[in-house]
Amino acid sequence: MVAAALVAIAVLAIVVGSVLVRALPALNLDFFTQGPALFGQNGGGIAPAIVGTLMLVAIAAAISVPIGVLSAIYVSEFAPKHIASQVRLWLDVLNGFPSIVIGIFVFALAIKTKLPILDIGHHQSAWAGGYALSIIMLPLISRTTMEVLALVPNHLREGSYALGISKWRTVLSIVLPSAISGIVTGTTLAVARAAGETAPLLFTCSFASQAVSWNPSQPVSSIPFTIFSYSESPSPDQHAQAWAAAFILIAFVLVTSLGARALLDRSRRRLGQV
Amino acid sequence: MEALAPPVSGLRRTRHRLDRLGDRTLLALTALAALVALITIALIIWQVAQAAWPAIRHSGIAFVWHSTWNPVTDVYGAREYVLGTLITSFGALLIAAPLSITIGLFLSELAPAAIRGPIGSLIDMLAAVPSVVIGLWGIYVMSPFIVQNIEPWLHSWFGFIPIFGPAYPAGVFPAMLVLAIMATPITSSICRELFVSVPRELEEAAIGLGATRWEMIKGVVVPQVKGGVVAAIILGLGRALGEAIAVTQVIGNGIPLKLSIFQPGVTLASQLANQYSSSISPLFTASLLYLALILLLITFAANLAAQRIVHRFERQRTN
Repeated sequence: MVAAALVAIAVLAIVVGSVLVRALPALNLDFFTQGPALFGQNGGGIAPAIVGTLMLVAIAAAISVPIGVLSAIYVSEFAPKHIASQVRLWLDVLNGFPSIVIGIFVFALAIKTKLPILDIGHHQSAWAGGYALSIIMLPLISRTTMEVLALVPNHLREGSYALGISKWRTVLSIVLPSAISGIVTGTTLAVARAAGETAPLLFTCSFASQAVSWNPSQPVSSIPFTIFSYSESPSPDQHAQAWAAAFILIAFVLVTSLGARALLDRSRRRLGQV
Repeated sequence: MEALAPPVSGLRRTRHRLDRLGDRTLLALTALAALVALITIALIIWQVAQAAWPAIRHSGIAFVWHSTWNPVTDVYGAREYVLGTLITSFGALLIAAPLSITIGLFLSELAPAAIRGPIGSLIDMLAAVPSVVIGLWGIYVMSPFIVQNIEPWLHSWFGFIPIFGPAYPAGVFPAMLVLAIMATPITSSICRELFVSVPRELEEAAIGLGATRWEMIKGVVVPQVKGGVVAAIILGLGRALGEAIAVTQVIGNGIPLKLSIFQPGVTLASQLANQYSSSISPLFTASLLYLALILLLITFAANLAAQRIVHRFERQRTN
């Protein structure tokens, strides 16, 4: 039985260890500041991919954080019990959708539309990729926010009502600020997940140029997609860069996940003591 | 109390109206956000079905059991991919389910209290590793190791069974292992919560009647949470069914499927991931979306069934 848990931890250690060892040869300043090398040459870096991932995650967060927090407020403050449990159920179902199908859904939407503003539709773009990532982030942000909102002690709300403060003022000025650190950590966890997703980007944001691009109406390079395409290339130099990119991704994801979880535990404890 | 409240002054009346307006606005805004989240599910299913419609109209339901996928002759069929998905996921479950249940039991019953937290966090971190990194590790570290050490051993001992054929660089077996790695954290964390939720009184009553620890686990804990454990396994299955990237990196993209699990194979998700850059004909794209629709419906059904059971257990626990 101990062996089972040890197997799981051993796998984690082996994966992290291999990434670390194989990433070292390719980690240099060029890697972070330059674009990919010309075809057939060695060297170069993944700067466009780093910029692209930042853009995609920013777009995704801008869409999913408001909707996630607002829907969590509805479930925790306004909804009757049976509606609240239904919303939670369907959010969990959305969480389980395959991420590649979510990318294909955005692709199917994009084929049909063409918005003259923002130049969305008919082609890949960072907007499309960000939207796909936001669908993946939404259930995570919503569920974590619901959890922290439920932890805000009821006597805070009751004290506020007793002073004559209306419900909306109570929610916005008393409940939400108490839960803000939990919301931030939930968002961080969701961002860590979205930063590592490749499948939704295949159909929405993969035919990117090789240079750093800040234009969201065109497809942008991204770290996970770069790892994916380099991993299947015949060039050993690109393999080394794939390991280095994987190292960056794993470091970011693990550090933010660990930190976010520790912060979440701390805010849980603090809310429980109020 | 007074029978009639004193008349409300003008300023207080405005304040009351503003408060009611604010309440209603916040309610409407937040309810709208919750609705958006729910509508997204319906929208996804509807849009994928709509984009797949040309292929559905052309091939009908027989698409599911036709085995030819030939872009050159514009003939498409999903059988190999559906079979591949079912085989890899089932194989992954065979590995992941026992592993996850024992991990859940270990973390809830047998581990010393001090290490439960850290080990649980470590296993959750395994879930946080992006699938493309697991796939990269799978291609260059795990697969060579398996192909050079495990597969020949299995072939030499069990080669008389056709599924254990000769070793091969890329295959269905590494994909099963990768999927097992990805499904285990989910299943084990739900199992752990289920085992912890069994009331202490029941466990202590069993021990008080003279049961050993194992007899208590077998006779009290397991029957209580059997349904939930099945649901946890189905949730892990849902993860395995939909995984595209790590699987496509190690599975070798071989069609038609062979009997040996060491030979290359395909799954619905891996085919979708492989063909994202091809656009041969409108029927090709629509057939690809038909594959996506099949995958979506399978995972949707599995997830919905499993989540209902898990939520029922959660409600029982909090009531």
